[in-house]
Amino acid sequence: MVAPPDSNATPRDILARVRALLRICTGSFRDLVPIIVVVAFFQIVVLQQPFPDLERIIVGFVFVVVGLSLFVQGLQIGLFPLGESMAHAFARKGSLIALLAFAFCLGFATTVAEPALIAVAAKAGEVAGAAGFIGDTDPARSTYALQLRLTVAVSVGVALVLGVFRILKGWPVHYLIIGGYLIVIVMTGFAPPEIVGIAYDSGGVTTSTITVPLVAALGVGLATVIRGRTPLLDGFGLIALASLTPIIFVLAFGMVI
Amino acid sequence: MTILIEIFAVALATLRDVLPIAAVLIGFQFLVLRRPIPNLRRVVAGFAYVLVGLTLFLVGLQEGLFPLGETMAEQLTAMAAGSGGRTRSWLDYGWIYAFAAAISFATAVAEPALIAVSLKAQDVSGGAVSARGLRIAVAVGAAVGVALGTLRIVTGTPLLYWIIAGYIVIVLQTVRCRKDIVPLAFDSGGVTTSTVTVPVVTALGLGLASAIPGRSPLLDGFGLIAFACSFPIMSVMGYAMVAEWMGRAGPRDAKEEEEP
Repeated sequence: MVAPPDSNATPRDILARVRALLRICTGSFRDLVPIIVVVAFFQIVVLQQPFPDLERIIVGFVFVVVGLSLFVQGLQIGLFPLGESMAHAFARKGSLIALLAFAFCLGFATTVAEPALIAVAAKAGEVAGAAGFIGDTDPARSTYALQLRLTVAVSVGVALVLGVFRILKGWPVHYLIIGGYLIVIVMTGFAPPEIVGIAYDSGGVTTSTITVPLVAALGVGLATVIRGRTPLLDGFGLIALASLTPIIFVLAFGMVI
Repeated sequence: MTILIEIFAVALATLRDVLPIAAVLIGFQFLVLRRPIPNLRRVVAGFAYVLVGLTLFLVGLQEGLFPLGETMAEQLTAMAAGSGGRTRSWLDYGWIYAFAAAISFATAVAEPALIAVSLKAQDVSGGAVSARGLRIAVAVGAAVGVALGTLRIVTGTPLLYWIIAGYIVIVLQTVRCRKDIVPLAFDSGGVTTSTVTVPVVTALGLGLASAIPGRSPLLDGFGLIAFACSFPIMSVMGYAMVAEWMGRAGPRDAKEEEEP
């Protein structure tokens, strides 16, 4: 484990840290080997073409390996402990309202600025304009895109509130998920077809790379602190709910507008 | 020089992603919990690592994998769609399915959010769930899912039929599977499609829908993500069920070996 840099580090400490970081880089490299193999195989054997700009690809790859290693390191020393310590602090405080308000804000704040969601919402604005749900003008499209983004952000906030409440109550997650699936299937039958693809994809884009570790640590932390809950059975499931509720909310949004 | 500008731009974008999260965390920490964060220096350093790491990761992907993946998707679909006069059947697209499966497997293995969840699961289960095993199970699911998703675009069957069939399988598996794996399996579905997988898979879907006659990119191009989300749920539960069946035969052997 690499400690954060501090002022009184001796050269030996630094050497040990470099060695540890190198070990993590080897692990990241191994994670990326499948991508190299697939790309090389299809480029050389199937398409039978030389690599364009090979130098740039190799530089990019080195960036990816170093970046992934730093990210994994940061998870272990920063994001996981923070999520867990906040779960403990909320449990000790014992205020349900504060915990649920935190869950909602975390879900809303992390989703509303998500770049993947902004892209999907903009595309949805174009589709809606072309299909004649809204006026085919720029202001109408951007209003529509903003409303859609807010809808998805609220839905993720609701998902985390529901998920945290579930952990407190100890409900099995699959009842919620299967119930959600039924709602999705019934609603798909009534929603305008143009919104369906966007609704399904918006479920996939909401959980960003920084949100996931925090939310996982929060869930597992709560399940560890609360008596009678097991981390594996009760701690997971928040992300699953956060991928499901946007589908329901966006389908509803499509039916209302 | 351009790469420096790009790093700067991506770093700003990543920072903008982190700011709302940091605001919520700091706000609740100081206004509601009113207690200092334990090991504050380590946590701040960890956030810095995550920021820098994610920035380098994204810049690297934009330099290499994303443009290459898009070109390859275009070339493969053009090759498969061909210029021959005869109508092409779904069997002519073999390399597309193979590419879809292989690239989804590879990108799912490298997905940072999945790495995070699998590390947590290994930690929480005391090693009973192996991080690597979980990631490979998810990647196999993503591979099968996206390959079937491209088959759907080629054949033009409605998305809803596939989704309903998938949900039925998931519900049946949920009933039969060990209950402590179920939440983890559902979570893995949500994290498969993130930073690395979404751009590559979306490019593949849109490219395929525009190259095949009679498909519209708007109606048929979407939906691959939904496939990449639901099949890992099946594969993770499937993996747990297979492991359990093998484990049922396993312990007796282990006991016999222990006795001298």
